[in-house]
This record gives sequence, structure tokens and C-alpha cells, in this order.
Amino acid sequence: MTNLVEISNVHFQRNGRAIFDGVDIVIPAGKVTAIMGPSGTGKTTLLRLIGGQLRPDQGKITVSGQNVHTLSRKLLFKLRKKMGMLFQSGGLFTHLNVFENIAFPLREHTKLSDDMIRSLVLIKLEMVGLRGARDLMPSELSGGMSRRVALARAIALDPQLIMYDEPLSGQDPISMGVLVKLIRTLNDALGLTSVIVSHDVTETLSIADYVYVIANGKVIGHGTPDAIDQNKAAQLRQFLDGLPDGPVPFHYPAKAFNQDLLEGIVT
Amino acid sequence: MMTHITALGRWGIDTLEQLGKAGLLLFRVIFRVPNVKKGLPLTLQQVYAEGVLSLLIIVVSGLFIGMVVALQGYHTLAKFGAAQQLGPLVALSVTRELGPVVTALLFAGRAGSAVTAEIGLMKATEQLSSMEMMAVDPLQRVISPRLWGGFFSMPLLTMIFNTVAIYGAYLVGVKWLGLDAGAFWSNMQTSVDFHADVINGILKSIVFGLVVIWIAVFQGYEATPTSAGIAGATTRSVVYSSLAILGLDFVLTAMMIGGW
Ligand SMILES: Nc1ncnc2c1ncn2[C@@H]1O[C@H](COP(=O)(O)OP(=O)(O)O)[C@@H](O)[C@H]1O
Ligand SMILES: [Mg+2]
Repeated sequence: MTNLVEISNVHFQRNGRAIFDGVDIVIPAGKVTAIMGPSGTGKTTLLRLIGGQLRPDQGKITVSGQNVHTLSRKLLFKLRKKMGMLFQSGGLFTHLNVFENIAFPLREHTKLSDDMIRSLVLIKLEMVGLRGARDLMPSELSGGMSRRVALARAIALDPQLIMYDEPLSGQDPISMGVLVKLIRTLNDALGLTSVIVSHDVTETLSIADYVYVIANGKVIGHGTPDAIDQNKAAQLRQFLDGLPDGPVPFHYPAKAFNQDLLEGIVT
Repeated sequence: MMTHITALGRWGIDTLEQLGKAGLLLFRVIFRVPNVKKGLPLTLQQVYAEGVLSLLIIVVSGLFIGMVVALQGYHTLAKFGAAQQLGPLVALSVTRELGPVVTALLFAGRAGSAVTAEIGLMKATEQLSSMEMMAVDPLQRVISPRLWGGFFSMPLLTMIFNTVAIYGAYLVGVKWLGLDAGAFWSNMQTSVDFHADVINGILKSIVFGLVVIWIAVFQGYEATPTSAGIAGATTRSVVYSSLAILGLDFVLTAMMIGGW
């Protein structure tokens, strides 16, 4: 089994704060790999690093054997045509309707006739079950629908790799179920490699083939969903079981409570 | 004391950094092989959004400014028995100063702020990032058409403003205050020089247009991608543009009067 994406010893800082402090992750081809972690750990940042929108301070990221951060701009753009990315907010173009949103990458990168583009767009829309919504504007879509449209757009150019940024967060149970099913079927039917970044534990564990959990700039655990579920490490358990107190303290760092109160009385 | 000096230094470095980024943005938009087939329709769309949609405010303001200048000018000139010179007074002040400056200020408020907000919103809603990940360069697809659209719109808007303002002065001077129409137009014709007055005014408007739209796209592109960030960027876009217009107007006027 080959790895489509390899992340080795990546360090990344933002405003002097280390977001990643030596992270190693491999994404096997053809599988659904989940990357989980609390909010603000840098899950979105990780996807942007893979996509070449950000550059690591140290370490190496390769996608299908090519080092993303040493490519020329032209080759990077070429590589990006093989990657689809679904941003957290969907990122649909607000001035274009559903049909034109999906046609956008096709019009930009292919010389296909309008008839061909129409057929391709309808095929993608059919896959996500929204062929009837082709004339709606993004503002008229529900949250779940706009993610499905964004998904159809992300697969418009038939990429090898698709990355989902929190595809499930903020969805009602039905659209969550629809999205979970879509991610799985698209992965298997199109032979895609999928990366899901999420903090929805149960749903993510239910679709992933392999799971990484990151916190505080490091991978704190990885394995198959079953193995992760059995893992006893305190940090991992706190995140997976949603315990309010643990290695990540309930209290934001502060001086002692009684001292704080007393100071108010003295002055 | 030390903290003030540090703060001043940091401010200086930040300002230089911003200027450098803005310069780089302009450079990357202007010095690239243009894609006429895709770029032209996008640019025309922006001429519509930035130019045509600004027409109403430009025409109405031009009309009133022309009328007010004529009214004020008439009363001052009449004291010296020189009311016949109203045509030249209005034409010169409008083509040389009021036309380019007021149009640019209105343009910054109407089109510049809209461009900043639109780009900032596209950034905040990850539309620009999505575009990048689809291997489409937002500079080419989003920034460049807006920059060129503004660049072409401003001189056209200024010419329209000038025309309407002079017509407003005609309405007040001739139709209302009873000046002789022939004297109004012929005095204007003899004292307005096409090159020194009209062309120089248009040159000013080209410079203002470029600066306003450059500030607008830069503020949008560099906006913090939050609602507060977009609000701040929009305000900065209008404030910086207005200051730049007034400052540059002085410099350009000095250069033009000094014969370059
Ligand atoms: N453009 C930015 N500038 C500075 N800091 C940022 C920026 N984007 C994200 N961050 C910071 O980087 C950290 C990781 O962010 P992100 O990758 O969005 O986390 P996640 O997706 O896991 O919630 C956060 O602490 C966030 O504040
Ligand atoms: Mg995120």
C-alpha cells in the first residue's frame, strides 16, 4: 500500500507560537484518514500546509511523491488540480449559482464544450443528490446543501486527494448522515483518497479507516478507530470522551483564586 | 520613554511592511501576461460594477456642485461687474480641481469601499482560498479585473462629472440668473485651454483612480478575515484614499503649474 501524502517532522509557527512541533502523518492511498483534535490545534492549518498555501518552518510534506514546498508555482498549481479541498464554510462563490460554481474549475482548466461541461456538472450534482438545485444561489442553500455543492465542486476535476475541513460540524443529524455516507461512497466509488479533519468524535470514527489525534502541536495518538477507542492515554481519553477536566485544564491559567479575591478587598 | 520609541519604531516597520506588500500586489497585477480572452469580460463587468453603478451619485453631485459654484461665483463676480466671466470661472474650477477631486472622493466612498468589502468578504468566507486550491490565482481572477475596472472608470466618471457640473452652472447662470448664453459659452471657450486645463484634470483623475482602487483592493486582500476586520478595512480604504487624493492633488497641481 502506498502513501499519497507524507508529512514528516513538520514544525510550524504562527506569531511566535508553535502550532506544530514535529508532526509525522502518512495518508495511505485509497483510504479515509481522519485527523482529529480540539479547536485551535491547527487542523485547518495542516490542510493548508498540505495544499501549499502555507509553508512549514521545518520538515517536509510530499503529495504523490512531490515535495509541495519546493515546487515552482506552475507545478504547484498543476499538483493542486489533483487535490480537492472542502473548506469549513464551503467557500462557494456567492455571485454564481450552484451550476456555475461547479462549472467554474472546468471552465478555468479545460477547453470542454458547453455541452460537455453541462453533462459533467450534472453528473457531479447527481452524485451529491442536488441536480434539482442547480439554479439556486448559494444564499438559498441550507448548510448541509452548500457543503454538498462544495463537495461536488471539489470533485469536478476528478482529483486523487480530497480534504474535508470539519465537514460535519454544525450539521443536523440528517445532513450529517448524508455527508458521512457521501464521503464514504465517493471515496470508494471514485477511488479517492480522503482526509477528514474534524472534532466530531463518533461520526468521524465511524467513517475513518485510520485516525490521527493531534493536540498541542503533536500527534498524541493514532491507529484504527477500534484501537483508538481502546487507547487508555489520559490526553486521548479526555478528548474522545469529552471530559471537562483532565490534561487540558478547565481553568484558563490564572493566579490562585483566593489571592485574586483578597487583592480586590485590599485596594 | 523607551516604550514610546519602541512603539514608534514598530509603527514605522509595520507601515513600511504594508507599503511593501501593497507595492508587491500592484506589481504582480500589472506586470503579468494579460489573458485577454478571460480578463476582458471580467474587467468589463467591473467597469459596470465600479463605474456605471457610481453614475447616479456622480451625476447628482456634479449637477449640484456646478449649480452652487455658479451661484457663489455670480454673486462675487457681479460685485466687480464681471458676471460675464462666470463661464470661465466655473469651467476652470471644475476641470482643474473640483472634477477630478470630488469625483475621486465620491468614487472612493462608493466604489472603493464596495470593492474592499467584497474582497474582504470573499477572503473571510474562504472563497479566495478555495480558488487558490482550485489552482486559480485570485490575483488574476479577482484582484486584477477590479483594479483595471477602477482604473478605466475614473477618467470616464470625471469627464461625465465635468460635463454635468458645467451644465448645472449653465442652468443657474443663464436660465435662472439671466446671463447671456452666447457670452457664457464663448468666454468659456476662449479662456479654457484644452491641454493645460482639461487634459491635466483628466491626468489627475487617472492618478487618483489608480491610487483609490489600489488602496481598495489592497485593504480588501489584506483584511483580517472576520466581520470586525472587514469593517475596519472598509473604513481604512475610504480614509486612506481620501487623504491620498487630497495630498496627491497638491503635489500634482504644483507639478502642473510649475510646468512639470
Ligand atoms: N491567519 C492567521 N494568523 C494568525 N494566527 C492564525 C491564523 N489562522 C489561524 N491562526 C491560529 O492558528 C491556530 C490554529 O488554527 P486552525 O488551524 O484554524 O485550528 P483548527 O482548525 O484546529 O481549529 C489557532 O490558534 C489560530 O488562532
Ligand atoms: Mg479549523
